[in-house]
Amino acid sequence: MLRIYYVWEWPVRICHWINVISMIMLSVTGFYIGSPFMTAPDTSMYIMGWMRMLHFSFAYLFAVSVAARIVWMFIGNQHASWRAFFPWLTKEGRTAFIKMFRYYTFTGKQISYETGHNPVAATAYLGIFALFIFQIVSGFAMYGQFAPGGFWEGILGGLNVLVGNQWLRLLHHGVMWLLAGFIINHVYSGWLMDVKERNGTMSGIFSGYRFIEPEDL
Amino acid sequence: MKTDLDAVSPPIPEEILQRVEARGINRRDFIKFCTVTTAALALPVSFIPTVAQAIEDKRLPVIWVEYQSCSGDSEAFLRANQPTAGEIILDLLSIEYAEVIMAAAGHQAEEAKRQAMEKYKGQYILIVEGSIPTGAGGGYCTIGGQSAVDDCKMLVQNAAATIAVGSCATFGGLPAAAPNPTSAVSVSSLVPGATIINLPGCPVNATNLTATIVHFMTFGRLPAVDRLGRPKFAYGKRIHDNCERRSHFDAGQYAEAFGDEAQRQGHCLYKLGCKGPETFHNCPTVRYNEGTSWPVMAGHGCIGCSEPGFWDTMSPFYRRLPKVPGFGIEDTADKIGIGLAAATAVAFGVHGVASCFRKGDAMEEDKVVKED
Ligand code: HEM
Ligand code: SF4
Repeated sequence: MLRIYYVWEWPVRICHWINVISMIMLSVTGFYIGSPFMTAPDTSMYIMGWMRMLHFSFAYLFAVSVAARIVWMFIGNQHASWRAFFPWLTKEGRTAFIKMFRYYTFTGKQISYETGHNPVAATAYLGIFALFIFQIVSGFAMYGQFAPGGFWEGILGGLNVLVGNQWLRLLHHGVMWLLAGFIINHVYSGWLMDVKERNGTMSGIFSGYRFIEPEDL
Repeated sequence: MKTDLDAVSPPIPEEILQRVEARGINRRDFIKFCTVTTAALALPVSFIPTVAQAIEDKRLPVIWVEYQSCSGDSEAFLRANQPTAGEIILDLLSIEYAEVIMAAAGHQAEEAKRQAMEKYKGQYILIVEGSIPTGAGGGYCTIGGQSAVDDCKMLVQNAAATIAVGSCATFGGLPAAAPNPTSAVSVSSLVPGATIINLPGCPVNATNLTATIVHFMTFGRLPAVDRLGRPKFAYGKRIHDNCERRSHFDAGQYAEAFGDEAQRQGHCLYKLGCKGPETFHNCPTVRYNEGTSWPVMAGHGCIGCSEPGFWDTMSPFYRRLPKVPGFGIEDTADKIGIGLAAATAVAFGVHGVASCFRKGDAMEEDKVVKED
């Protein structure tokens, strides 16, 4: 019999949506910073100024949200746990991963049915978390440059020396596109699983609940 | 009438000025020089007499050597005109060896250098211009039969302090640009751990060099440096944060092409590839050639010459970001990114259509209630 499971606790959902909003805002403003597509007709305007202001404000929001989510990996339920992002560390996880991978590549018919993340998705999220951290670290390293000797330059300034200012910028810029690619993939997979699993994949990230047939697990 | 300035700026003692004059230096020029140098070092005006005293009563021995260089730094220094800084400093220093200005040549000159090194062991300031080629056993650059590698090591080890001037001596510069055929290195990579200060720039700004020397003469040590060994007084702020075009950057007014109306109006050169946001240097405040101008003021974006590896990382000079390795020169990060995003969208679109036609893979088929 179908049961209703509380899978995504409220901190997970809040962080998820803050991340969505910040990523959109950071990409739009970041894209403008990279290639200012609007030119101000007169000097009294402050277009780039506002774009940067928004970029840095959402940067702080995003950083806090990612940090909070990482903390929750150690507090929250099994689906929020850091272990969920390393599915292939266990034997069952590896089997499930292959099953799911074969489903996605049309070489297998069976979906690996899970209460939380499916193992392929979880692996992608591991990569996404790495990209998030990279964006935050590289972003704050660049941000710190306006104030040498200040807090951010103090802790991350070494990165500018190690990687070089320009490469850091190029990577920060490039990762935006990787994240855009991820979002396309993520929304698509969410839709696909919503259609095929019929267990409320999409609504789960709004309400926290999923409809699970325990026998299928 | 007493002004506020008198209160904070004690006068330079008369005896010092007289001694300076006796040496044929104009006292006005000397006062100006001390004032400008104190300001460049970001010291309070109350330090002007200290600086005057320090530079007047010492004659600091200096050895200036060049390896893989274009002599641009020597030129910049000799043309330094901040009240004839070149002349003043040349009068106050004891330049023992400097290829561009010395009369001696050949073995005679090399002998003079060796003697100066012995005589002032541990006391002289070494100024190095140009990178040092380590390839071919040091054979790419030899002076009087000695390789630049050996020459530089010897001079650095016997100096009180070494000042690497220009981007080649500090970070390898042009000779070290990919593929670096001569395996050129900077002074600090050749002699790690030695007392070396880096004054990058192409060329070095003479005011900063003079100020560094004066700091050494005044306090007996080199000024405080940043992570790259550059003095903070000169490299402590980003060009972009002191730039006179910055208000146009913030407003969103950019020159789109050289010679367009916006460029002539003084708008920001960001879209023409200005590297001011990535470069630390005091060009906007100190400027070049008697404070006349500097690149961005003259209408050309900064090319980031005082950052490590600038030749490789700051190019293309007229693009903001470096070329993406492995892609063509016309492929910007955005073109590649849009391509990537589009390819992802197409791939998943196709996957989606295929998945729609897939039969028998949906779950819980038995629980679906068909309504009529
Ligand atoms: C999803 C996350 C993010 C995305 C997609 C993003 C995107 C971008 C892009 C595309 C640029 C333009 C780079 C260029 O072409 O030069 C940029 C610049 C920048 N970003 Fe981000 N960013 C993100 C997060 C952050 C964070 C967390 C910070 C932290 C403070 C940050 C700080 C900066 C800074 C300082 C710049 C340079 C701004 C300037 O030159 O004035 N970014 N960002
Ligand atoms: S011209 Fe260059 S340094 Fe000046 S504000 Fe524009 S980008 Fe910054």
